[in-house]
Amino acid sequence: MAESTRKGSLEIVDVKRALRFGTVFVIEARLRTMAHWFWSLLTSSLLNPFFYLMSLGIGVGTFVNSRVGSVGVDGVKYIVFLAPALLSAVAIQDFMGEVTFPVLQGFKWHRTFFAMNATPITGRQIALGTYFASMARTIGSVVIYFGVLSVFGAINPASSWPMIFTSLYAASCFSALMMAAAAAAKNDDLFLNVMGRLLIMPLFLFSGTFYPLNSIPAPLRIIGWISPLWHSTELGRWVSYGHEISPAMIFIHFAFLSILLVVGLLWAFNRFEYRLSK
Amino acid sequence: MIVNAAVAIAESRIGRIGNSVYSGRSRAVIQRSYLAFRTSGWIVVATGFLEPVMYLFSFGYGVGKLIGDIEIAPGHFVSYAAFIAPALLATSAMNGAIYDATWNVFFKLRFDRIYQGMLTTSLGPLDVALGEIGWALLRGLLYSIAFMSIVALFGLITTPWALLAIPAAVLIAFGFASIGMAVTTYIKSFEQMNLVNIVMLPMFLFSGSFYPLTIYPDWLQLLIKSLPLWHGVVLIRSVSLGVINTSLIPHVIYFLAMIGIGLFITTKRLTKLFMR
Amino acid sequence: MAKGLTKKYLDFVAVNGIDFAVRRGESFGFLGPNGAGKSTTMRIIAATLTRSSGEIKILGKDPELSGPEIRAHLGVVPQQDNLDEALTVYDNLYIYGRYFGLSRKYIRTKIEELLEFAQLTEKRDAKVEALSGGMKRRLTIARALINEPEILMLDEPTTGLDPQARHILWDRLFRLKEQGVTLLITTHYMDEAEQLCDRLMVMDKGSIMAEDSPSELIKKYSTKEVLEVRFGSDRNSEISNQLHNLCERIELLPDRILLYADDAEKVLEEIRKAGMHPLTSLVRRSSLEDVFLRLTGRSLVE
Repeated sequence: MAESTRKGSLEIVDVKRALRFGTVFVIEARLRTMAHWFWSLLTSSLLNPFFYLMSLGIGVGTFVNSRVGSVGVDGVKYIVFLAPALLSAVAIQDFMGEVTFPVLQGFKWHRTFFAMNATPITGRQIALGTYFASMARTIGSVVIYFGVLSVFGAINPASSWPMIFTSLYAASCFSALMMAAAAAAKNDDLFLNVMGRLLIMPLFLFSGTFYPLNSIPAPLRIIGWISPLWHSTELGRWVSYGHEISPAMIFIHFAFLSILLVVGLLWAFNRFEYRLSK
Repeated sequence: MIVNAAVAIAESRIGRIGNSVYSGRSRAVIQRSYLAFRTSGWIVVATGFLEPVMYLFSFGYGVGKLIGDIEIAPGHFVSYAAFIAPALLATSAMNGAIYDATWNVFFKLRFDRIYQGMLTTSLGPLDVALGEIGWALLRGLLYSIAFMSIVALFGLITTPWALLAIPAAVLIAFGFASIGMAVTTYIKSFEQMNLVNIVMLPMFLFSGSFYPLTIYPDWLQLLIKSLPLWHGVVLIRSVSLGVINTSLIPHVIYFLAMIGIGLFITTKRLTKLFMR
Repeated sequence: MAKGLTKKYLDFVAVNGIDFAVRRGESFGFLGPNGAGKSTTMRIIAATLTRSSGEIKILGKDPELSGPEIRAHLGVVPQQDNLDEALTVYDNLYIYGRYFGLSRKYIRTKIEELLEFAQLTEKRDAKVEALSGGMKRRLTIARALINEPEILMLDEPTTGLDPQARHILWDRLFRLKEQGVTLLITTHYMDEAEQLCDRLMVMDKGSIMAEDSPSELIKKYSTKEVLEVRFGSDRNSEISNQLHNLCERIELLPDRILLYADDAEKVLEEIRKAGMHPLTSLVRRSSLEDVFLRLTGRSLVE
């Protein structure tokens, strides 16, 4: 037997190193899992914007442009108007997906978080590792999406690039909250359904994504105001084509998103530590 | 007594065509779904119908403002909301059926092993297939009725023929559920399940749901017209607008063929998977 | 190592003020039926569950204050396998090694050794979801050894394994013990406890019923031999009244009667002499099952 060479963990494990880099190890594990899906992720990252742009940007766009003429929507062509919203939507969708499903899996389906927690890794490190791994993946899909938007002429890459950061920031903020919610969820089926149909769907449809928010009845506009997608899209339109927006509103958009980030992360730390030590 | 009755039922079927795969008791399978739904799934069902309604409000009233009325025939204009409502009903019939017949069935097939249990009783594979699909259709029927009520409430219905949209939606759901379940019996992993989604998205976006196909080049129009959702959209849109004529027959045949082929393959596959 | 250890949930006490100590290099078992508080105790030791009250020190440290430092030296095999199903066998071991902050080079060599140990060398590139139950169990155990732990904790290690697989596992655990690894094992199998444990703690309903080596427990709480007789389920209880004075102690179970004596053959002879003829009879040595029955009045495996 080979293990007669045993030295023992007291010699092998560098506790300080394990503690310091715990988050990094969790990121590594998550990225390795994602690597198994690499082609599938890449394909959907490419096809998704292509389909939406063809269908809504160009298809619906043709009809809209022929009616509004040179006035445009918000002063620009429909596809230009649409681009920041689509980029924001995909950032939120991907970031959120990679922090909610793995969390349900880690706590409930495969209980892998409990395995991680049996090593020096702490709950907080698991939360942060999952979060940053998702961020890495989202950077990838946002950059690809940005490229596709440029090819379609929906943005001017030279001047619109800050949009990558605004949509990434908004996605980071909202996803922190969703990660905490996934960790707090008792019933995974219910969580996924409520999340998908009662939260994400209305946010996607009523955030001024496909038309200016003020063109729907006032009560429905409230959905937009609380929607991270709307805040993200407004900022995106501002940096992309100079959509008019007051400095006060810029501040409000950033402040709203930042609050989500702080609350989300604190709540997530709390829930992760609680679930693991229960 | 019960045993005797069971034997009698079984015997009465001997010699009938298809008795090796069908015992005429798919209702038991539907009942199981109902019992499972009563304990856990109701909110899933309740929220399911919201999706097309939200699309209707968002696109009908928001995009509608930008796009104006749509010309569906020379000189015949309808409001944008009235234009997309039938398409949304067709799409939701498709989505609901595909969800029930793929994701749901996939889990039962590969993880819960529910069908294995069912097929050790007197139920045959066709009972199982029809039962699962029947349940999907019941749900689809409820959704269609609910959706059409809302459409009517907002004054988007102008003809009593529109009532036909409900059975049409069920027919569409039946077609998608049959094919969907047949495909699912071949699927082994989640990765392959994701392929189903990749096929569904463009079908939803390009089948003339949000604008007339006329802006596309001819070859693309032809391609889209070969896909089932386009037939569903045209079928429901026609009956909703009261256009009832022989031009609808090909669409109906298309779905009947989907049902037949889907059921045939599903039955064969379930037999192969569980009764070798 | 532990004093007055207690874990309370809202309406029930899982572990009720227990005291125990485990020495370095010892193989220590927690024996008890489901719900006895074994797993709860294990999770507190593993520094992944906070206690309600009491004190505990693992490797000289308090798990609540230095959880990660303690966990760095543990190998944990939970009752339910929690492998990463999306990854391959190799990647599962690799990633787990990374969680301990081990170097890639060390992990790569160690994995070869562990794959051989778990007899999974040929399955190294298989996805975990494709493994059989026994393979998953072996992988979970191999995974727990990646950091060469000082303390290896196994919660019901062989539940669900076939007899051959159990014996292989016992052999492997025995070797680890020889190398000075401290083993903490929960089980509801008496043979497992007898085979593997230097010392045992019998638990029931969150309390300690007894604590000693397996042979001492049997000596203390049972006789040398046991006679099992059956008279048919209807007559067992009626006849048992007449057998009291033939042996030291008697236990009436639903399906049989257990008679405790140092010479069970003699008891059987006397029963026959008295004109009673059991349907079946069996003379055997006392086991931990008998100890448990004596202590709790219940069988270990219901």
